[in-house]
Amino acid sequence: MKTRRKKVAPSAPLLPKCPTGINGLDEITSGGFPRGRPTLICGEAGCGKTLMAVEFLVRGATQFGEPGVMMSFEETEPELKANAASLGFDLDRLVRTRKIALDYVHIEPSEIQESGEYDLEGLFARLNHAIDSIGAKRVVLDTLEALFGGFRNEAILRAEFRRLFRWLKSKGVTAVITGERGSGQLTRSGLEEYVSDCVILLDHRVCDQIATRHLRIVKYRGSLHGTNEFPFLIGGDGISVLPITSLGLTHEVSTERVGTGIPRLDAMLGRRGFFRGSSILLTGTPGTGKTIVSANFADAACRRGERTMFFSFEESPNQIIRNMHSIGLHLDPHVKKGLLQFHSTRPSLYGLEMHLATMFKEIATFRPQVVVVDPITSMMNTGTPSECRAMVTRLVDYLKANQITSLFTSLTRGGHSLHQSEAAMSSLMDSWLLLQDLEGNGERNRVLYVLKARGMAHSNQVREFLISNHGVDLVDAYIGPSGVLTGSARAAQAAREKADALAIIQDGARRRREVERKSHALDRTISGLRSEREAAEEEVRQINAQVGRRTRLLTTDRIELGRLRQADSASAPDNHTGMKKEPKLP
Amino acid sequence: MTPVKRSKPSRRRPVDTWDLRLYVTDDTPRSRAAIANLRSICDTHLKGRFRITTIDLAKSPERAKGDQILATPTLVRRVPIPMRTIIGNLSDIDNALAALDLNTNPHPGKTAESRKK
Repeated sequence: MKTRRKKVAPSAPLLPKCPTGINGLDEITSGGFPRGRPTLICGEAGCGKTLMAVEFLVRGATQFGEPGVMMSFEETEPELKANAASLGFDLDRLVRTRKIALDYVHIEPSEIQESGEYDLEGLFARLNHAIDSIGAKRVVLDTLEALFGGFRNEAILRAEFRRLFRWLKSKGVTAVITGERGSGQLTRSGLEEYVSDCVILLDHRVCDQIATRHLRIVKYRGSLHGTNEFPFLIGGDGISVLPITSLGLTHEVSTERVGTGIPRLDAMLGRRGFFRGSSILLTGTPGTGKTIVSANFADAACRRGERTMFFSFEESPNQIIRNMHSIGLHLDPHVKKGLLQFHSTRPSLYGLEMHLATMFKEIATFRPQVVVVDPITSMMNTGTPSECRAMVTRLVDYLKANQITSLFTSLTRGGHSLHQSEAAMSSLMDSWLLLQDLEGNGERNRVLYVLKARGMAHSNQVREFLISNHGVDLVDAYIGPSGVLTGSARAAQAAREKADALAIIQDGARRRREVERKSHALDRTISGLRSEREAAEEEVRQINAQVGRRTRLLTTDRIELGRLRQADSASAPDNHTGMKKEPKLP
Repeated sequence: MTPVKRSKPSRRRPVDTWDLRLYVTDDTPRSRAAIANLRSICDTHLKGRFRITTIDLAKSPERAKGDQILATPTLVRRVPIPMRTIIGNLSDIDNALAALDLNTNPHPGKTAESRKK
């Protein structure tokens, strides 16, 4: 497998690189400085040339096992050690352990007289001795141009410089030469003429009272390199070069979802919340509850056992914790457990780049899984819009590359066209939640909606965002003919609907009762008729009985009469006839 | 080339003895010229009152740091004070003498003595 990969490797030998170990610099130089060749770092006074050179040596000695020699023409050894200590480098220890050799070259032009021919063999011998004494692979000459002040014969110097660089190359050391920026050329005395392999230009500019350092690779023979100006910082642990443009959009993605801590919000996002490692923008006008949503998000992450970092640019950690108590959210246990870390700074404390570097550093040390930045917009005041956008891009890229779920809140000013002002930033974000104030009926109410959520089904509904002392909740907002109804209008609407429902119920009951009553009435009528019929039947029966009785009475009367008239028995058969004739009788 | 060359030291007045160090690299024509020029200057102007230490940086490079040597040849006058540093092969004699204060008044205060010699 290994051998095969070797075969696949490009046949043309690539320029061997010497990693600098400086944050970001190896990325933009695709691997570092050219190995075995001199590199020129030039720039104005105070732009960080010497520190960059020192870091190159220290990183080489500590990280890459390459001892280095520092030949300084400007700073004495104790000065160098003190300066390096400000970056957290223990130069003294490295010198004692023979990882680094320092040689301070003192040139005092007033003490030196010239007489006849000379060369710089002394310098060569010194350098050679220093290199050989510790087996150095890296050499820094800071600032070689100081020699021009020490020697009058420039022709000799130039010839010797050319020889020096040839000699350094033949020695196989990777050299860094610093040079002061001159007018019209990169260095005051044209050192770039001799160092033709790699030239790096440092710059320190002040824009809107905020100073930013920039680095640009002017030339890098035989290698690909970033050509832009990259901001860089000198922080407590060295130099960080921050590539503005991310080198690629190749970060890993996760299908895992993380909850927001607000169940109804999760429900709006396909019931499961955001994707892990995605970036979320939460915009809102002042007082819409951005920090509360952020705190809920952080709380949910801590409850899942995830490390969370909360960058706050407006409130102190204690203030946030206290304020969240009022909505029943207790963040202090998470802080005590070490799951939640606050990092509060004033945006105006330092420039954008420094903020970014500090954030990178904090994130790299704490290694959180969730990061909250509240609010990102306060950074916007510390730089130009394009710088801010670049900074957010880098931050988002960095977080995504590290699979960190990030929530950025953004303050929108009332009256601005929201979609326009946030468009630049929102395109970087995977999800965008909007919190808004709705004014009406003499009150302000908060609503929340999901403007976008890449890669997941999400609700298109506006939800009312309620903050109570039990926490936050989202309730359906009523959409009425005059717009969205929230707050008391929503309550009124709800009451109205409740009353309507009650009325329907009552109406039904009433109508049911009426029908029942009617049917009862009918029942009563039916029973009345029935008893009437019964009465009629009874009458018929009585009539029949009466008729029978009377008939019998008539018969017996006639028999009695006949007997009285002494009728014979012959008259007996007439009985029947007599009966037939009966109806004629009255 | 011997690293250390010494003239007859003047034992009686050690204070007056000039302590000169000549830094060279390797046995090059330029180094030899420097040594020759220095000897001739000393023999002419400081007869018996000088001590020359020749240091070959090719052989002992660690010694370059002490006197802050960059160019070779370099002549360092350690005594008398003030210390003087002259770079070059001393072929420009006048220049070298001026630098060593030997052209007009080689040693202020010792003029009479040196004249006597």
